[in-house]
Amino acid sequence: MNWSWMLPPSFSTVSGDIDGIYMVILWITGIAFFITEGLLFYFIFKYRHKEGRKATYDHGSTKMEIAWTMVPLVIVLWIGAVSKGVWDTIKVDVPAAGLEVIVTGKQFEWTVTYPGPDGALGTSDDFETLNELHAPVDEAVVITLRSEDVLHSFFLPEMRIKQDAVPGQDITVWFEAIQPGDYTIGCAELCGIGHTTMGGTLTVYTAADFQAWSSSQAQQQQP
Amino acid sequence: MSTIEQEMVHATEGGHHDHHELPFIRKYIFSTDHKMIAKQFMFVSLFFLVIGGLLATMMRWQLGWPSEPMPGGMMLPDAMMAPTPNGAIMLPEFYNSLVTMHGTIMIFFAIMPLLVGLFGNLLIPLQIGAEDMAFPRLNMISFWLAVPAGILMLSSFAVEGGAAGAGWTSYAPLSASGEWTGVYLGQQLWLVSLTILGFSSLVGAVNYITTVINMRAPGMTWFRMPLATWALFVTAILILLAIPVLAGALIMLLFDQTIGTGFFRPEVGGEPLLWQHLFWFFGHPEVYILILPAMGIASEVLSNRARKPIFGYHSMVLAIIGIGFLGWIVWGHHMFMSGMNPLLGTSFMISTMAIAVPSAIKTFNWLATVWKGDLHLDSPMLYALAFVSMFIIGGLSGIFMASTPVDIYIHDTYFIVAHIHYVLFGGSLFAIFAGITFWFPKMFGRMMNETLNKVHFGLTIVLYNLVFWPMHNLGLQGMMRRIYDFTQYEYLAPLQPMNQFISISVFLLVAAQSVYAFNFFWSIFRGEKASNNPWDSNTLEWTVPSPPPHGNFPEMPVVYRGPYEYSSPESETDFYPQTTPPPSKPPVQALIPEPVTPTPEGF
Repeated sequence: MNWSWMLPPSFSTVSGDIDGIYMVILWITGIAFFITEGLLFYFIFKYRHKEGRKATYDHGSTKMEIAWTMVPLVIVLWIGAVSKGVWDTIKVDVPAAGLEVIVTGKQFEWTVTYPGPDGALGTSDDFETLNELHAPVDEAVVITLRSEDVLHSFFLPEMRIKQDAVPGQDITVWFEAIQPGDYTIGCAELCGIGHTTMGGTLTVYTAADFQAWSSSQAQQQQP
Repeated sequence: MSTIEQEMVHATEGGHHDHHELPFIRKYIFSTDHKMIAKQFMFVSLFFLVIGGLLATMMRWQLGWPSEPMPGGMMLPDAMMAPTPNGAIMLPEFYNSLVTMHGTIMIFFAIMPLLVGLFGNLLIPLQIGAEDMAFPRLNMISFWLAVPAGILMLSSFAVEGGAAGAGWTSYAPLSASGEWTGVYLGQQLWLVSLTILGFSSLVGAVNYITTVINMRAPGMTWFRMPLATWALFVTAILILLAIPVLAGALIMLLFDQTIGTGFFRPEVGGEPLLWQHLFWFFGHPEVYILILPAMGIASEVLSNRARKPIFGYHSMVLAIIGIGFLGWIVWGHHMFMSGMNPLLGTSFMISTMAIAVPSAIKTFNWLATVWKGDLHLDSPMLYALAFVSMFIIGGLSGIFMASTPVDIYIHDTYFIVAHIHYVLFGGSLFAIFAGITFWFPKMFGRMMNETLNKVHFGLTIVLYNLVFWPMHNLGLQGMMRRIYDFTQYEYLAPLQPMNQFISISVFLLVAAQSVYAFNFFWSIFRGEKASNNPWDSNTLEWTVPSPPPHGNFPEMPVVYRGPYEYSSPESETDFYPQTTPPPSKPPVQALIPEPVTPTPEGF
């Protein structure tokens, strides 16, 4: 059983930033945890009732109130500010696409539409895969995420990507993998009876291998 | 407020003070006495707490032993459990209903009515020196609306299609049409039940707010009210303002399901995100409704059992108000991944980070209350200390999900489930145990058995942590919520041992609750008889008999000081009740902050 609070390995250009913020928060909350719980247990032990013990009649201290208001406030706002930087990188600064695809969720599968040899989506040479996303390494994969029925949530855990798919909307989500390999696609929003079966595979290739795969797929799926 | 206003309450109630014996049905069934209504809420809520626990137990079977025959499963209908030669295997549709109904029942039919229906009703009139609530008949209606709501909710298990299965959050479009879940009538019953329960809460809130504002006894100024009353008062305001939004959303969703409207259904021009905004605009204040009274209870017990004033009383009041206020502007943190504008993600992150601060203030003040106290570590104190300890964990884990980039990974995983349960069980439920144990003598005139409570406490605090701490780890490993069989994901298959560990701990945890249940019922009949004030407490409810008579106070109480004058140099004992008149010749004039002669107006 894995009791570690370390995140599992991640493989995208932004996952280092996300995991970094996580570690910062882990350190800060970890220190706060040990101090507060430590004091609590120490006080319980030290001030437990014994014959002759008297409590100290003390209503409070304005200085302490100010201190333990301002210090947490500064800390959490700082965490917020640092987080905002990473959030903007992911959400606002969408890079130019190396590969554009459409991912459509529906009960209970993911359909991925690729642009085909002409490099453009929405043309007759587009081809599809089911519950598989194939992508080149070191290139931004920009996904237009859709749903045909209910909410789903496109989850690439090793890329640290998650985005709800909303019927009636096209939502942009992107990632850039930094290492070839097989990774997980999951659905992270309850979508009905088959929610548990909406898993898939993300396969990241070297650029050359992706070209080869893409061409052979396009040929196979020629109408 | 004045004696005259109190007499007007007498007059309008008419016959309220005739001390003839009420018939059984008026005394125990259709009672207008806040103390009886409190007990009614308590018994019904504890029943639903057990149901909610049983639903979780079944969920945990499936998670520990995915798709293996469940012991006792053959007793359940085929719509829930698929019969096989080896036994009955849980169906995914039933799993989704279990997930949905566990959350719904625990939040709406257990925790909320225990904190608000039980403690709101029990404590508010007694702690402020009133003879009952402002509107006793409305109070009765509040309880009797909750009962049919509960019956409807439970009955939904028995209808075709089963109980609601779209999560306690009921996101559209999944919830907006039975075609997506196979659940039709069950989803509608869920909506109707919660709408009726909403009315129950609303009329309760009106009553509590009016009572606190208008019926405080002479000398009971706002800043002499106990923190439990403060917390319940602010909670009532949250209920008043948030429940109508929920009710509106529920009715809109019901119309989408039944008469073809398109509020949330995109196929007819509706917007799924609208449901989320409406639900969470209610839903976030709701979670503060679920924690504020618990904080109030913890403050009462900690101060009393430490024999020490609450540290920073005014800050504690401001923090309660701060939480209540800020709770309205953080709802979008439930929607970071929803597809809403990323700018909103940032703004909600900032407000969410900010709301950590008043909770931190309260935690530090609890620590400072315990510091240099004279700690009587009996069971109410143990439960209250556990509340603080577990709330620290739940609060700190919230900071991870408040950060939008980190939430990308942990949203909709078991990390969130861990957080929820640390604040709701570790927090609210432990405070409820503390409160029931502490005020048990006031309700029933008898003490609970202290040894049994200590056994229950020991088992619960250990097993509870064995259940919920590892859920942080499951979430960090990427395990999603509401997932019938996580082993379908190769990267999650290694998590089965931990899931089994949690499930076994759950079975033991649920079994351990029987100790408290036994103690509770046994003590009602056989507990050691209690005096008026077994805890040597200062607040007004302990100046009257256990249990108090109808009308509570034989004479109008007069309040001379705040509620936390423990170990005061002005008192010979280590407590100094709020209604004890100060000596006519005070030993040291400079020590007395309040005027020696109380004024009837008070405020």
